[in-house]
Amino acid sequence: MPKKIIATASLAGCFGCHMSFLDIDERLLDLIELVEFDKSPFNDLKEFSRACDIGLIEGGCCNDENVHTLINFRQRCRVLVAVGECAIMGGLPSLRNVIPLQECLAEAYLHGPTVAGGATPNVIPHDPDLPKILDRVYPCHEIVKMDYFLPGCPPRADLIWDALVALVTGQELKWPYATFKFD
Amino acid sequence: MDKTIPAVIKKYNGDETRLMDILIDIQAELGYLSDATIARIAKTLNIPQVDVEQTVSFYHFFAREPRGRYTVYLNDSVVAQFHGRAAVVRAFEEAAGCAFGQVSPDGCIGLFDTACIGMSDQEPAALINDVVFTSLTPAWAREIVAGLRAGKTVAELQGDRLGDGQNAHPLVHAMVCNHIRRRGSMVFDDYQPGAALRRVVALSSSEVIAQVKAASVRGRGGAGFPTGMKWEFARKAPGDVKYIFCNADEGEPGTFKDRVILTELPQLVFEGMAIAGYAVGARQGILYIRNEYRYLRAYLEQVLSDMRANNLLGPLIVGQAGFNFEIKIQYGAGAYVCGEESALIESAEGKRGEPRDRPPFPVEKGYLQRPTVVNNVETLCSVVKVILNGPEWYNNLGTAESKGTKVLSVSGDCEWPGIYEVVWGFSVNDILKMVGARDVQAVQVGGPSGACIAPKEFNRILAYEDLATGGSLIIIGRQRDLLPEVVLNFARFFRDESCGSCVPCRALTGMAQIVLEKIIAGRGTPTDLDRLSAWSAIMKRNRCGLGQTALNPIVTTLKNFRGLYDQRIKAGDDRFEPAFDLAAAVRDYDRAVAGT
Repeated sequence: MPKKIIATASLAGCFGCHMSFLDIDERLLDLIELVEFDKSPFNDLKEFSRACDIGLIEGGCCNDENVHTLINFRQRCRVLVAVGECAIMGGLPSLRNVIPLQECLAEAYLHGPTVAGGATPNVIPHDPDLPKILDRVYPCHEIVKMDYFLPGCPPRADLIWDALVALVTGQELKWPYATFKFD
Repeated sequence: MDKTIPAVIKKYNGDETRLMDILIDIQAELGYLSDATIARIAKTLNIPQVDVEQTVSFYHFFAREPRGRYTVYLNDSVVAQFHGRAAVVRAFEEAAGCAFGQVSPDGCIGLFDTACIGMSDQEPAALINDVVFTSLTPAWAREIVAGLRAGKTVAELQGDRLGDGQNAHPLVHAMVCNHIRRRGSMVFDDYQPGAALRRVVALSSSEVIAQVKAASVRGRGGAGFPTGMKWEFARKAPGDVKYIFCNADEGEPGTFKDRVILTELPQLVFEGMAIAGYAVGARQGILYIRNEYRYLRAYLEQVLSDMRANNLLGPLIVGQAGFNFEIKIQYGAGAYVCGEESALIESAEGKRGEPRDRPPFPVEKGYLQRPTVVNNVETLCSVVKVILNGPEWYNNLGTAESKGTKVLSVSGDCEWPGIYEVVWGFSVNDILKMVGARDVQAVQVGGPSGACIAPKEFNRILAYEDLATGGSLIIIGRQRDLLPEVVLNFARFFRDESCGSCVPCRALTGMAQIVLEKIIAGRGTPTDLDRLSAWSAIMKRNRCGLGQTALNPIVTTLKNFRGLYDQRIKAGDDRFEPAFDLAAAVRDYDRAVAGT
């Protein structure tokens, strides 16, 4: 069986889901028997080199660069998986969704108590090299079709492992009740 | 305020289970329930303030802020929309100088949407300070606002407009019309007050239940549970304090039969309750009636006191030792889910109307944890006629599994909307002919929680074994744009009315509305349709009937009118969401940085 090609990305996330992925520990050795990594923070490959079988997305979209990355993943990956709360529902970054963007930016860069007054006037950062902030944080499925969703903040390593094995081997994933029981 | 709150609470003996009555009465005096009022109520009743807040926040007729000296609650159901509601809204808004959901700057007029108020045969209709206004027009709306501003009372604005039958009774004095188009042989047939009670005392309680069972009476609220069996469970349940509830909360949009029955034949209903009490061994009955029908209150109280005077209610009914039965009336405060029997009981206990987990069923542990029977208005009417005419007579009416008659509430695009009592087994086609409906696109059977059926199914019959229904038929003409005008309205209705207790219902009613709006806007994908279908399976896990059926407007139209969805769906590659617009999403940012 040829190895499956995997790509991963962290959008508006905290890399916690990637860290949880690494928590599969010694099973990483089993994993690299089954898969090869393409574009991913794990190998620091910045660009896709080929079409991929599986794309894992951590985080939702809070800026236009996230959107372009997500769309790129959708074009390159046969199966796209939303990994963790932020990718699925926006998560912690989406707490700002109830506040108009203008107010958020003003608080952060212009008038907030931690904004130091200096010689130059305060500005909201903007530069062609900087991503533009979206009006709100979007969960991934509102931008592209997501094929699967792995719940958790982060999803437990065992769940990520089981899901990957299921995807790679084409077997059905067994979801024990405890997988969803967070309280 | 100083005196009102303690006085009202004293009237209800400081009983916290009467919180609904207490809040209704206090709001009637003070206009709204401020934070200070709520704190005072909690303190006087010696219960946590949050308990009072929970109940207040649950019902949409309870106001936390002033809603104007005169509050217009304009029905926003599908049928009201069909009959020109939009123009009436504009007229009210222009005249009052505020939008719906707001109070006019002078504090005189508040304009608010409300769910179906049970007047679907005479829409657009509104409640203004408990007075019903029907068949509103833009001109009349302007006249009403001008009149109220000029200091006229609501009663003066109603003037001499009076409906037919008992609607013209001095204690009702409403412009509401009955529109009884067809009287059947059961509910709207001749009726001799008291005859059934005299007959029933010749039987033992188990014989009464045996008769109801032999007649195969089934609940008329929609679920069709065998009434005799329900009574028997309650009779055998341990305990000597038991309750009979009559469920007159009919909140299903398009349904108004209970309103007409309670206007014309309240005593028939009350006798049914007394018979149930006799059979079950209950001494207290409670009519739970929706707040929208509060205009009937003086009249219903009068009927009850006349019955007491005639020895048909109270101690020693018809002189029979041991036959003691009293009835009190409990008003709701605007919550569709309270039509569900366990939610209705919770509400009657003064709490949020959230359905209970079952078991235990109300027949074991119901109102105040006592065995409780909850029957529909029409079910109780059936029972009286079974006692009078015998089970054989009843069994000769209807179909194999559906005996007796059904009172239908017909509304929408037809010539003669109103009340039709038919024996079970009529086809939809028969009824459409009867009501003068032509060029019909669809019929909503059983209200939003029922099914939206297409002409190819109009040969189906109304019966528990085929199209089970609580009795509402909304006729949708060819000229209607089904998805935005009907399905979306129903989707909003369920989102608003979900009690929020079960996650699938709370979340998916909202998500379904979003997806539906997206499809209607032409930005839906095939995946959206799959998603809607998949969600309906999840909804079956909800606790109550509302949650289980809340996606039915979408599910049944997906099944019967798939083409209407498909023609709005973007075909082809659906890997990218057509609804997402990056240029629009960065517009706020561009604006924010433009000046810096």
